[in-house]
Formats: sequence, C-alpha cells, structure tokens
Amino acid sequence: MIDPHENTARPARTTEEPANGTMPPPIRRITLDSQPSVALPPSQDAVAIANTGDRSLAAAGRPTRGVAGPERMTISDLSVYYGDNHAVKHVSLPIRQGEVLALIGPSGCGKTTLLRTLNRLTELTGTARREGLITLDGTDIDSLEVTEHRRRVSMVFQQPNPFPMSVFDNVAYALREQGAKRPKKKVLEPYVVDALQRAGLYDEVASNLDHPALRLSGGQQQRLCIARALAARPEVLLMDEPCSALDPKSTNVIEELIVELRKELAIVIVTHNLQQAYRVGDHVAFMYLGDLVEYGPTDDLFDNPKAARTRDYIGGAFG
Amino acid sequence: MSVPTRPGGTAPPLPPLPLPRSPGGGGRQGRSPKKKRVNESISTWRLTDRIGYVLMWAAGLLLCAIGIGILAYMAFKGVQYLRPQLLLSSPTADVDQSSSGGFLDPLLGTILITLIGIVIATPIAIGAATWIVEYGRPTWLARLIDSGIEIIAGTPDIVIALFGLVLFQQSIFGWMSFTAAGGAVFGRSFLTAGAMMSLIALPMVFAATREGLQSIPLHIREASYALGKTKAATIRRVLLPSVKANISTGAALGMGRIAGDTAIIVVLLGASLTLDPEGNVPGLDVLKGTGSTLTSYVYNNSPAGEGNAPQKAYAAAFVLLLIVLALNFAVDLIARSGAKNGLETSRLGAR
Repeated sequence: MIDPHENTARPARTTEEPANGTMPPPIRRITLDSQPSVALPPSQDAVAIANTGDRSLAAAGRPTRGVAGPERMTISDLSVYYGDNHAVKHVSLPIRQGEVLALIGPSGCGKTTLLRTLNRLTELTGTARREGLITLDGTDIDSLEVTEHRRRVSMVFQQPNPFPMSVFDNVAYALREQGAKRPKKKVLEPYVVDALQRAGLYDEVASNLDHPALRLSGGQQQRLCIARALAARPEVLLMDEPCSALDPKSTNVIEELIVELRKELAIVIVTHNLQQAYRVGDHVAFMYLGDLVEYGPTDDLFDNPKAARTRDYIGGAFG
Repeated sequence: MSVPTRPGGTAPPLPPLPLPRSPGGGGRQGRSPKKKRVNESISTWRLTDRIGYVLMWAAGLLLCAIGIGILAYMAFKGVQYLRPQLLLSSPTADVDQSSSGGFLDPLLGTILITLIGIVIATPIAIGAATWIVEYGRPTWLARLIDSGIEIIAGTPDIVIALFGLVLFQQSIFGWMSFTAAGGAVFGRSFLTAGAMMSLIALPMVFAATREGLQSIPLHIREASYALGKTKAATIRRVLLPSVKANISTGAALGMGRIAGDTAIIVVLLGASLTLDPEGNVPGLDVLKGTGSTLTSYVYNNSPAGEGNAPQKAYAAAFVLLLIVLALNFAVDLIARSGAKNGLETSRLGAR
C-alpha cells in the first residue's frame, strides 16, 4: 500500500545556479529505488540511526571499507567523444586492487562511457573516439590484444544477460579458448564450480547446472553473469549498474558479493543509487556532464563534499 | 508538499486498511470495492465497427473452412485409392491401370530432391543472413545482397527452372548430368534440379535466420565481447545456437516449398517415371540420373497429363499433402520446444 515514490524523502529543491556552470542542472526528483528504511541521504544515516533506533540500520552502521592494494589501472587525462559530443572530459582516476570505486552522477554524465572505455567496448561504437592514456598494470591498454585485455578487465552489465544456454555452458563459455582445441567438460567443471561459488550462486544451482540459464530468477541471472565474468580470473571487474534491474533482496545479495570480491579484485561500479555507492564504495567519483567533479574516499565525499555540485547532488537537489 | 507518512511512530501499528490505492483520489472513492468484470458487448459499438468485427470473424472462418475442405476432400479421395502397394511399387508405363504400378520412385524422388535442395540452401542462407546482420559493411553491398535475395524470392519457379536448364547445359556442368557422346550436356538430373530448388528454399531460411539474429539484443553480443571473445566466437557459440529454432523453422518451411514445387521438376528433372541412374559411380549415379517426384507424378496422372490415372493422382497428392503438413507441423513443434528450453529468441528480446 505504500507508494515508494511518495515515501522517499523529498529534500527542498534548491534552484540556484551552479557556481560556474552556464547550464542549470536538470531539476528532477531523485527516486531512490531501495528499501524505504534507508531512503534518506546517506550523510544523515547516523542521524537516522540515532533518531529511530532502528535495529537493522544500527546493525549496518557505517560499512567497513576495503584496504587499498596496488594500483591496477590508471586513467590519465581520458577524453571520449561520440562524434562532436565530448562525453568524458579529461578524467584521471586510479583503480586499485582491494577496493571498490563507485562512479556516481546524473544520467548522461559519462559514467557508463567511462566504464565501457576501460573495457574497450566503446571501440565497438563507430563514432566513438578516445584520447588520453589508460594503463593496466603499467601497460598501455592499446598495446594489449583486445580480447586478452577484455579477459583481464571483465564487465557485468545493467541487464542480466546470460546467454541462451545452460548454466554450466554460460560459465564455461568464458573459459573456452577460441583455439582449435576446446577443453572437455570434465576439465572445465572444477573451474566452473569455483566461479559459481565465488559468485555465491553454486548452492542454488548445483543440482541443475544443465538447466537453461534463462530459467533462473533475475537476481540469479545477474549472479550468473558475475560468475561468468569471474571465471576468466580478471584483475578488474567493471559493473554497470548491476542492481538496477533487481529487487531489493537480490540487490542486497549482490552488494554483499561485491564487498566480498573486492579482496581479490579491483572493482569499478557505476550506480545511480547513492545508498549503494555509500554501502559498497571505498572511493567515490562524482561525474557531471562529462567532468570528474570530485573524487575521494567515500566517507569524506559523502560527509564533507568539497564541490558545490557534489553537495547538491548528494543532497538530492538534482539528479 | 503533502508527504504521506506511515502511521505514527509511537502508536501501535494498525492493520492495513482495504483501501483503494489512492485514498485521497476523489472520484474513485465512491466505487464499490467488488468490481465485477463485465464482458464488453458489441451492441454499444458503431455500426461500421460492428460490420468490421463480423467480417474479421468471417474471414478467419472462411480460411479455416477452405483449409479443412481441401484436407477433407483430399483425404476422402486419397484414402479411397491409397493402397500400401502403391507406396511400395515402382511406376510402369501401362495402359492398364491395374498394372501401371505405384509411386515408390516419385516418393523417393521427392525426399531426395528436398534433401539436396535444403542441404545446399541452408548454409548459404545462414552465411548470408549472418553477414548481413553482423557485418553488413559496406552498406551498399548489404543492400545489394538483400535485394538479390528478394529477386530470387520473387522469381517464378518456371523462370528459375528455365534459367537452370540453360545454365546446367554448359559443358562445365557436364559432371552433374548425362553427357552425350558428342559432348552435349543434358542438364537434367537430381543434382541440377536440387541446385535450382535450393533457390526456392533459400529466401525462407535467410529471412528466418536474419529475423532471429536481429531479435537478439545488442547487450548479448556485448556480454560476449566483454568476456574477451572475438566476433567469430560470438557468432558461432552464442548467436547461431540461439537462432537454431529460427533456422529449423525456415528450413522446414523451405522443404515444404521444395516438396510442393512442380515447374523445376518438370523442366530440370526430366520426366522419367522411375529413378534412372546415370554413370557407374554408386550413389552419384542416382544423383546424376533423372527421375520424378510426387508433384510430377500427380501432374502426369491427372487428366491433364499423359498417364491419366486420377485415382493414383489423388492417392499421390494425398501423400504429398501429408508430407507438407508434417513439415509444417514440425515447424510448430520446433518453435514450441525452443520456447520450452528458453532458447526462443523472442524471450531474449523480451528484456
């Protein structure tokens, strides 16, 4: 009976012009697609806990942050153009192992483009052009063979998109080389099981690995896609709004999985959901109209945003 | 701004009220909660709409009646004259109907020509469809191929047959049919007829494959590329397996068309009643030789043909109809089993 749109917190709209921008930010109410219990701007979580005494919130508390490891990928002065459209403007970011980098920002701000550029998927778009340097473990990614690069920097998409084959084959597909010799099912089985276990799906599908993957639920399908992405043992995992098509429960499962996975991988996640960025991100990068406005540790960025636009966005003035 | 809140924080939680969705919605409140679904009656429609509605029903029923009528008439006539002996004996030319044999050879001929045609057509059609959907560059070439296939689909089969006869009488195609001592190529054989028959089935397989591939959303391809797979691997391991049902459907429809075609048989298969092997290589000799199919048999034995044995024509026509119906039924079956396995492409496209 509770309309989720009615129940979200509605912060007062600030209609003032951005400090330097010539273009006013699009005024649109943020609809937060998570449980009503946390539908407050994240910086007020502590206040919310104090006020309501809600057990679940208090138990969650402030998420523990990952320990940053070595830098796996470095983006320096990256620009991406679609024709004349300058979609990503001179962005520089480090991507470290052991932590989650969350990219936030309003729609059309270049988050997804940036993510796809890391995987060199933007190259599939005819009009796309890229400037600047991206390195993977110190090597320019352009000097790597594209398929090898994509095996090392894997990606999970917004829509769960398992291939129309069995659960087993979906994961095995990532492992099978394109060479003349295809490994037998027996050889692949332990690797497939391992990938499914890491994605937290194995217990649910163990007895029916031969069933079509499209029969799984949406959340299971998305975890299957994660398993598929993990199977090739990538160093970096890119996630493009992995939970936006899922229900809150599946979202929760996947968020826990992300937190678990960051120990061994560098993870970059694009999200529209500020709570999610707050819960899983160790560093957050806020992008707006192609610019990287602010980058910093999650707690700093949410508690004391430096830029006015970040403050407005996090406060919900525009989205 | 009125933000509806949940029932007060300190008060005991109230049981949920059986209210309609928007309590403050004004006009909706007076409505009875027990809403009975009433069937819409067409008596409230405009006259023209009512006439249209009735005509649509009539059109559907008419088609049903025609289909059932043909089937029932053929079944009545066919079963009447169909004897197991007819299926098992070869035809012979005889004025006496009791000794002119059955239609074993035409039946085998139909099966053979259908197989040859579809075996040639399917790989070419799949290749062309895959190229158009997955590559399709340069655009002018893609458009050219597209219209080329449209032309093939639109060409009357008798024209295809005559073109085939001219083509296969060239001496480089001498290996495909009987070649006379002087070097003149006969141009008529199962191979040449099958090759031209493939053109009848090709547009159907092509269209079905292309439609299937186009309905696979882009993100499925991207998912494969993102795993570090090449385009070739993506096509072979992901895209083509997921349009298997489409390909089978197209192939079954194409086979139905081949089995039912007459003009190409009459022109390109010669009109010998029995299988008439040519040369001495086992297997190839039948392919190189001439023969007949059920369609040409029906034609020959109809009152219009030389044989003039209508009873046998009816029996053969009934068998032919059963073959084509079985193929159409197979199409349904394939599509349904595809849906059951979650392999149907429309399920992919549904997201």
